[in-house]
Amino acid sequence: MIDIIHFIQTKYYYLVVILLMMLGLYTTISSRNLIKKIIGINIFQISVFLFYIAMAKVKHGTAPILWDKGVVYDNPLPHVLILTAIVVSVSTTAVALALIINIHKEYGTIEEDGILAKQKLDEEWMNLEKQKLDIDRSSVT
Amino acid sequence: MKTIQDLPVLIIVIPLGFAVIIPLVARFNRLLPWIIASTITFFCFLTSISLLITVLETGKISYWLGGWEPPWGIEYAIDYLNAFVLAVVSFIAFIVSLYSRRSVEMEINEYKQSAFYSIYMLFITGLMGIVITGDIFNIYVFLEISSLAGYALIAMGRKRDALVASYNYLILGTIAATFILIGIGYIYTATGTLNIADLQERLPALFHSKMVLVALAFFTVGLSLKLALFPLHTWLPGAYTHAPSVVSCIMAATATKVGVYAMLRIIFGVFKIEFDIHFIPIANILIVISSMAIIAGSAFAIAQTNLKRMLAYSSVGQIGYIVLGAVLANQAAMTGSIIHILNHALMKGALFMVVGCIVYKTGIEDISGLNGMSKKMPFTMAVFTVAGLSMMGVPLTVGFVSKWYIAIGALNAGMWYLIPVIITGSLLSAVYIWRIIVNIYFPEEFPGHELQYTDGGTRITDHKSQYSEAPWSMLGPTMALAALCIYFGISATAPLYIAEKAAVMLLQ
Repeated sequence: MIDIIHFIQTKYYYLVVILLMMLGLYTTISSRNLIKKIIGINIFQISVFLFYIAMAKVKHGTAPILWDKGVVYDNPLPHVLILTAIVVSVSTTAVALALIINIHKEYGTIEEDGILAKQKLDEEWMNLEKQKLDIDRSSVT
Repeated sequence: MKTIQDLPVLIIVIPLGFAVIIPLVARFNRLLPWIIASTITFFCFLTSISLLITVLETGKISYWLGGWEPPWGIEYAIDYLNAFVLAVVSFIAFIVSLYSRRSVEMEINEYKQSAFYSIYMLFITGLMGIVITGDIFNIYVFLEISSLAGYALIAMGRKRDALVASYNYLILGTIAATFILIGIGYIYTATGTLNIADLQERLPALFHSKMVLVALAFFTVGLSLKLALFPLHTWLPGAYTHAPSVVSCIMAATATKVGVYAMLRIIFGVFKIEFDIHFIPIANILIVISSMAIIAGSAFAIAQTNLKRMLAYSSVGQIGYIVLGAVLANQAAMTGSIIHILNHALMKGALFMVVGCIVYKTGIEDISGLNGMSKKMPFTMAVFTVAGLSMMGVPLTVGFVSKWYIAIGALNAGMWYLIPVIITGSLLSAVYIWRIIVNIYFPEEFPGHELQYTDGGTRITDHKSQYSEAPWSMLGPTMALAALCIYFGISATAPLYIAEKAAVMLLQ
C-alpha cells in the first residue's frame, strides 16, 4: 500500500501516460467515425511521446547545454528520438486525413456503418451486372 | 575506392533521393519515371549482391553513418541474414519495376503514374532500410517510411474499396508501429543503448527485469501485426485485394518478409533464445499461433472467389510457415524459415504477376474467369501452374525445399505433432490451387458461355483471335520468377548455404 502511494506521489506522470494510452487506444477501437479514430491514434501516440520525455528527466537536471562541467542535465537522446517520432506521427495523420477526404468524396460519408452499407450495395450491384452479362451472352448464341 | 566502402549507405540514399527527383522529371517524358525506377532498383540489386559477396568473403560489414562510432552513432550492420534478405528484396523490387510499366499504365490514372514510381521508390527505401540498419530506433523509422508509402500505394487501387482497405491498414499499422515504439522505449530505459549489437551484450544481465519482459511483449504484438500473423491478419486480405496488381505483387513478395526479418532480428538477435527458455515461453506461444495461421490461412483461401483475395489468405498461411520454422529455434527449421523468405517471395511474386497479366488482358479478378484460359494465355497459365505447384510444396519446386527443412526441424525439436500441421497446410493449398489448375486446362462447358476478352481496356469481340497473351514486358519478368522457382527447387545449394550460415549466427 505504502509502495503504491509512494509511486503515485513520485511517479504520477506514468499514470498520466497510462491513462492517455488507454484513452487513445479505446477511442481508436470503439468509435465508428473515421476522424475520431485518427484522434484516438494521435492521443495514443502522444502518450508514448510523453513516456519517452518522462524517462529522459534527470532529478534537478537542466537543459543539456554544456557550459560548465559540474552541471546535471537531462538525457537529450529521447528528446531527439521523439522529434523524429512526432514527424512520423504528423505524416501518418496527414496521410490518414487525405484518405478520409477521398473516402468522403467517394462514399459521401465518414461513418463506418454508412461505408459498409454502401460497400454491400456495390457488391449486390456487381452481382446483378454479372447476371445481366450472362443473360446477354446466352442470348447472343 | 571510397565509394565502394560507402555502398551500404548509397543503397538507401540513392532511391530516397530519386523518389524526390522522379515527379520533377516526369514532365519531360512519360517513360522517364519507369526508366529511372528500373535503373535504380537494378543498381540496388547489384549493390546488394556485391554486399552479399563481401559478407560471405569477409564476414560482418559495419558502416558508421557520419563516421560516429557505433554505440553513439547509427550503424549499418550487415551480416549473413541481412545480406540475404536485402538481396531478395532488391531483386523482387527490380523484377516488379520491370513488370510494372504496362500494368501501371492500365490500372492507375495517368496523372498519378509519376507519383506511383516516386512512392514505389520510398517504399523500397523503407524496406531496405529496415533490413540494413543496425540501430533499433532506425528500424521503427524505416518501418514507418515503408508503411506510409504502402498506404498511399494501396489507395491507388481502381475501386473505391481500396481507400477503405488502405485506411484500415493505416489504423492497424500505426497501432503496431506505436507498440514497437513503446518496446524500444522500454529496452532503452533498461539498457541505455539503441544499437542492436550493444543491446545483445547488455540485455542478458537484465533478463530477470519485468521491463525487458514488457518490451518483448510489445515487440511481439507489434511485429505480429506488421507481418500479419494469423489472428492479427485482418488488414492483409483487403489491402492485397483492392491494391493495384503491381502493388499487391511487391507487397506480398517483400513487405511481410521484411516484417518477418524484423521479428527474427528482435526475438533472436536482440533478446536471444535463452531469454525464452528461462523466463517466458514466447516460442511455444508462437508455435501454437503459427500452426493456427497455417491451417486457418489455407482454409480461408479455399472459401474465396476473388483470385487476389485467395492469394492474400494463402499468404497468411505461408507466413505461418516462416514464423513456425523460426520459433522452433533449431538449425534445420531456422534454415527452412530463412530460405522460405526467398521462396515465398518468388512464388507469391509470380502468382500475383500472373493475376496482373490476367487483369491486364481481361479485367477479370474472379476465379471463374480463369475457365479454359490455357488456350488464350498459355505462357501465363504455365507460370501459374509452376508457382501453384511450389505453393503446394511439390518436389523439384522451391516450396518443397523450405517445407522439407521446416519438417525436419520439427522432428529435431521432438515435436512430431507439427508434421501433420505442415502436411495439412500443404494439402489445403493443394485444394485451392488444384481446382484452379483443373479449371484452366479442362474448362467446364457452359453453352453460350464464351468469355469476352479485352485488350488493355478496350473490349475485343472477335472470338476467332484465340491466342492473346499479355505483352512481353509483363510476361518476361513473370516467367523469370517461375524459372527461378524451379531452378532453386532443383539446385538450392547457394541460398541454402547462406541461410544455414544465417541460422547458425542467429542461434549461437
